[in-house]
Amino acid sequence: MKRHALTTRIWHWVNLACLVVLFMSGLNISNAHPRLYWGHWGFAPDQAWLFLPHFPGWMTIPGHYSLAGARLWHFLAAWPFVIGLLLFLVVATANGHFRRDLATRAGEWRWAAIKADVLAHLRLQFDHQGAKFNFLQKIAYGMVIFVLLPVMILTGLAMSPAMDANWPWIVDLFGGRQSARSIHFLAAWGLFGFLVLHVVLVLLSGPLRQLRDMITGGRL
Amino acid sequence: MKRRGVLAGMAALFAGGCSKVAATGPGASLLEAVEGWNRSIHNLLGRRTALAREFSPEDISPEFRGNGTTDPADAAYRHHVDTGFQFWKLTVTGLVENPLSLSLADIRAMPQRTQITRHDCVEGWSAIGQWTGTPLAHLLKQARLKPEARFIVFHCADKLAGSAYYESIDLIDAFHPQTIVAHTLNGVPLPVKNGAPLRMRIERQLGYKHAKYVQKIEAVSSLANIGKGKGGYWEDQARYQWYAGI
Repeated sequence: MKRHALTTRIWHWVNLACLVVLFMSGLNISNAHPRLYWGHWGFAPDQAWLFLPHFPGWMTIPGHYSLAGARLWHFLAAWPFVIGLLLFLVVATANGHFRRDLATRAGEWRWAAIKADVLAHLRLQFDHQGAKFNFLQKIAYGMVIFVLLPVMILTGLAMSPAMDANWPWIVDLFGGRQSARSIHFLAAWGLFGFLVLHVVLVLLSGPLRQLRDMITGGRL
Repeated sequence: MKRRGVLAGMAALFAGGCSKVAATGPGASLLEAVEGWNRSIHNLLGRRTALAREFSPEDISPEFRGNGTTDPADAAYRHHVDTGFQFWKLTVTGLVENPLSLSLADIRAMPQRTQITRHDCVEGWSAIGQWTGTPLAHLLKQARLKPEARFIVFHCADKLAGSAYYESIDLIDAFHPQTIVAHTLNGVPLPVKNGAPLRMRIERQLGYKHAKYVQKIEAVSSLANIGKGKGGYWEDQARYQWYAGI
């Protein structure tokens, strides 16, 4: 049996490409109005809860300020991102990947077990007996797949005035369009944080084998 | 510092690659095609005729931000400001059987609609205001559209960087009950920064579609011969999407 199923590998790399374009074009969009608000409305500095820095050209797509151009890139990447996630959710439920590899067992939630797992990570020991993922991995991947990525999609849709007219429950879920915009920004940086942690842990745990297995599938 | 340099280098390379893609013919058409996908999915998922949410008076924001042109410099417009817009005319022309020329008093004597809606700027901010005006559908019914009319164009009195502002919508939006020619904001005549004396409300689309300082409403069969042909000032100048529902 392969360590990573073909569908998992395809989704992993397509999703990475989409997220990079979405993140960098999103920073360009952020430059258009670098303040965040809560609630339905907000436009003035005294209503803002956060003032954002200007993100430089090397962090953005396009590499110069262009709200119109950045929006085109953002929507272009959003389509494969959304469709890819939906397909992955269906396939990984059907082929048992989530149930077998991501679902946590009751025993893993015991405080002693969590503490032992954290300590092992701090000692850079990543062996996990039998199971494919250890507890912290399951939590991290679970948060990304079932919370952060869906939140990005829903908060993105909530910012569309046409979607708000058609499906008002989405914007209600977040307490208003400006709240949705704030959460969209926070979740995007949450995903960036995951990316950094993920890459660091790959580098610490045999990067060449990890990369090879995510391309060829590897062997269990 | 070195790691940051590597990250910056990778990001710059990636962004550079993206600009290369955008510069090619197929790359550019792919980017343009996305607007069509967005419009199609909105048509598919929900009715384009759904109503935008209407809020309660206590939700109104303390001020309504003005954006784009906030004080047209044109001498003719200044004269209208000085005379309280009593000589302002709104014409309804183009592919219509019965062209109209209306004063503000004519418009105020027509059926009115008041709605408290959220205005979303493409830049990201939102404001909530109460708008009163005549449904565009009422004007178009009086003017009687010819069968070949497919778009409604709004010609404005303001210029940005030397070009006249204009916008356009399709007939689904034109006949939508919340599409109104507004003359009143939060109970008082429209302030100049918000488009006095008349501005469009195209709820369910972004702010740049809501043309201000509207002088002429024109029914056309194609947008190709208006401005630079993309259907609006920002669409012409900077590739903003004509369909701004997202």
